[in-house]
Amino acid sequence: MSINTEPDKLKPTDYASDQEVRWCPGCGDYAILNAVKKTLADKQAKKENTVFVSGIGCSSRLPYYMATYGFHTIHGRAPAFATGIKITNPKLDVWVITGDGDSLSIGGNHFIHLFRKNLNCQVLLFNNEIYGLTKGQASPASRIGTISPSTPSGSLEAPISACELALSSGATFVARGVDTAIKKLVPTLSKAQEHVGTSLVEIYQNCIVYNDDVFKSFTDKSVASEKQIHLEHGQPMLFGENNKKGLAINKDYSSLEIIDLEQNEKEISRVLVHDYKNKTIANLLTQMDQKSMPVALGVIYCVEKPTLDNYYTEKLNQHNNEISNIMEKGQTWTI
Amino acid sequence: MDGNSSEIRSNNIDDNWSTTVRFAGDSGDGMQLTGGRLTFEAAISGMGLATFPDYPAEIRAPAGTTFGVSSFQVRFGEGLIASSGDHADILVAMNPAALKVNIKEVLPGGLLILDSSSFNERGIKKAGYEENPLENNSLAGMQIISADISNLTIEAVKEFGLGNKDGMRCRNMWTLGLILWLFTKETNETINWLQNKFGKDNILAKANMAALNAGHSYAENTEISSDIIRKIVPKIKPAKGKWRAITGAESLAFGLATGAIKSKLNMTLCSYPITPASPIMHYLANYELKGIGIYQAEDEIAACCSAIGVSYAGGLGVTSSSGPGISLKTEAIGLAISVELPLIIINSQRAGPSTGLPTRAEQSDLMQAVHGRHGEAPLVVLAPKSPSHCFHIAQKAIHIAIKYMTPVMILSDAYLTNASEPWLIPDISGIKENPVSFGEYNENYMPFERNPNTLARKWVKPGTKGMEHRIGGLEKDSISGNISYDPENHQEMTNLRAEKIRNIQNEFEKIEIIGPDKGDLLVIGWGSTNGPISEAQELLSNKGYAISHTQISCLWPISHNLKNIASKFKEVLVVEMNDGQLFNLLKVETMPNAKSLTQVSGKPFRVSYLLDKFKEIIELRN
Ligand SMILES: Cc1ncc(C[n+]2csc(CCOP(=O)(O)OP(=O)(O)O)c2C)c(N)n1
Ligand code: SF4
Ligand SMILES: [Mg+2]
Repeated sequence: MSINTEPDKLKPTDYASDQEVRWCPGCGDYAILNAVKKTLADKQAKKENTVFVSGIGCSSRLPYYMATYGFHTIHGRAPAFATGIKITNPKLDVWVITGDGDSLSIGGNHFIHLFRKNLNCQVLLFNNEIYGLTKGQASPASRIGTISPSTPSGSLEAPISACELALSSGATFVARGVDTAIKKLVPTLSKAQEHVGTSLVEIYQNCIVYNDDVFKSFTDKSVASEKQIHLEHGQPMLFGENNKKGLAINKDYSSLEIIDLEQNEKEISRVLVHDYKNKTIANLLTQMDQKSMPVALGVIYCVEKPTLDNYYTEKLNQHNNEISNIMEKGQTWTI
Repeated sequence: MDGNSSEIRSNNIDDNWSTTVRFAGDSGDGMQLTGGRLTFEAAISGMGLATFPDYPAEIRAPAGTTFGVSSFQVRFGEGLIASSGDHADILVAMNPAALKVNIKEVLPGGLLILDSSSFNERGIKKAGYEENPLENNSLAGMQIISADISNLTIEAVKEFGLGNKDGMRCRNMWTLGLILWLFTKETNETINWLQNKFGKDNILAKANMAALNAGHSYAENTEISSDIIRKIVPKIKPAKGKWRAITGAESLAFGLATGAIKSKLNMTLCSYPITPASPIMHYLANYELKGIGIYQAEDEIAACCSAIGVSYAGGLGVTSSSGPGISLKTEAIGLAISVELPLIIINSQRAGPSTGLPTRAEQSDLMQAVHGRHGEAPLVVLAPKSPSHCFHIAQKAIHIAIKYMTPVMILSDAYLTNASEPWLIPDISGIKENPVSFGEYNENYMPFERNPNTLARKWVKPGTKGMEHRIGGLEKDSISGNISYDPENHQEMTNLRAEKIRNIQNEFEKIEIIGPDKGDLLVIGWGSTNGPISEAQELLSNKGYAISHTQISCLWPISHNLKNIASKFKEVLVVEMNDGQLFNLLKVETMPNAKSLTQVSGKPFRVSYLLDKFKEIIELRN
């Protein structure tokens, strides 16, 4: 493609590379890929300044399908590559693409440190609660009892919650989406991209081959409105058919509870207004039990903090020493 | 050499004048500092010198125990001073443990300088002596200066009102005063240094000066002057210019920075703390050079990956570590080879396996460097041979990494990192600039198209409009770079990667040999063994032996010239601090008849040992 023939306005398809997409038909990754392209087109993102960096896994193949810069690296380490890229050229818009195994298992250390360092980049965590590429073993996000080739009688370990882990690691932006609600995912991705700092977007993604319907309890059309709450900063936390349910603090247990407004309209005053700067509420939102509570989606938490890339480049700009002077510093003698 | 001091030295190496002084004490006794001062005094007299600090892995072991002893050895004199000395002529031992650990390093008839007050019952027991070594004749034949250094120091600094603890800290200066007197040096240089360090009116400066002078006059005024032979330090004239002492770590840091600056690249050293590699990171962090930064990652894997990220984005990525950390970086290095990006990896080798001996030198990571990755994954392996050589090797590594788009590994070691030698400060403006030319927009750009001469692909950084492309660790089509599972393509890519590296031997066409280009014995070494090997070679060749020496700085690819060079010698001996790793590489690659001489003790070779071995081989053959 030539530099001169680029259209004035880029469409989502202009962000697609010429490579054939090779995910299984029906895989949730397709929808997420489309949401990403749509987000870039909405922003008219410059292809040359956009870099997708991924680890290893089905999800991590995404960079090959983008017409931007892309680096498919090694399992779990994409955050570390992203760090080197951003401290060298902070102007690049870096998207880290990772899976639940990639980021929560082998790459767990880089994952937490990325939030702590607050590198200005987006992390899209494709959570299918399974190792897709290696043919369906249980992952650290799998629920207890998951039957898989490596856990034929059910997995033993409790799952990690990516959002909780991120929050406790000092994340400055935590959001969630699902592959079945792309219209809502696009604005979330957009906010993630705008946020200055590390933005985590955990995306529940259906693996149709190895973990089909694992999210059905809240993604199925018949229950979606009752089991999903789409958060908006400054708006009351309402959900359900005709927004007749709300979330409020249960003072006895310091947790969240559902208020049924249909039965008790006056309770509306107790419904929380979403303030994404409130970390306590963010923690409670990410800790909600999927069985009894809705799943929190959208931007859960967002605050500003200094970023590593900014800190590094500012520091580097202050470096003023010439090597010849440094070599002569300290004790010398002349002959 | 002055006639007198030969009485102290019963060294069989006596063609050149040299003295080796070893300072030993608890980690907190300031022995490294004291050694450093004597080194400087020798340096400004224009002598050749080499130093070797030896410190325990424990940071602050209990005082007075043998495992808490740290030492600093400095050797100086005329002629070739390439190693820090086999044995000490003079040992300063601040306590019984220091004596116990180091006595075997002292020549028969050597001089011991001891703090008598530490040889009390408690100190002797702590060191694990059954009885007082000063009283049981076990030091017979040694010359001994046993002074109550502790009390003399405390007496000397009394007027400054320091507590006992701070007063005791001045013991090392007292000792230095005495040593300077032995070498007929005055105290003025050190006094200047103390005043600069603390400030003229600082109480610590004054106390340390008082201790220094007290030690100096003690030597002058007491009975020791009649027994001990003072060594006359001669003035020698080396090359004109400004000199300083340099350690391998400093030299690598300077070399990396110079290489990056001359390539017009910003550089980031991405590292994770580990002994003995950390000093490189510390130096670069403190230099605050334009365009040069460091990034301390969460682990060595992240360090290597972020360094690759730096290079991908158009900077120069460098990562440094020691054995355990290098093992962790292995997978990422494979990726850098696969995507063909420049990357510098520095391995400050320690003695292994596993945690091994963190502060001791070994050369046992050579095979790992050359072959230690999955898949056919060749890279370039370079080894500096001395602290000052590190400066050149670092620049050469950068030059190659960029020109050939490849990772380059530099094998340093714990010895090189810490050892120092005098260094003529180079004129940086005289070093040629070689700015990188990044790939600019080109309609027909193919990410894996290669320069036909170097086989390097083009370095195109993100941000370059119209050149957007994807790279990764999956096998790539040899031209487009798209994922390819084609068997023929994989064979071709394997061949191309190997050939690209093999060609790099042209960068090292000229192999320097010391000595005649044919003869009885060619000694091949690499890395920090250069010191002892070259001294042994010089001594034998002065005695008429037909012995030559080459210290290889490019270990992979191995130059085929080496085979031709070796073919002119009756015997070829590969000397290294491992179980024969270069020997095995050479045997396979070029010279089936070579012999191997190895040592894996964590200590450098002794010149005298090499001398005997070389002689034996030559004499057996003739
Ligand atoms: C060092 C290393 N270990 C193991 C693997 C094998 N491996 C590839 S992908 C993967 C798990 C992928 O799971 P996830 O991150 O959840 O991605 P998904 O395929 O589900 O999108 C594993 C274990 C590897 N490529 N590298
Ligand atoms: S295995 Fe699962 S996650 Fe991977 S492509 Fe197929 S459906 Fe998608
Ligand atoms: Mg997965």
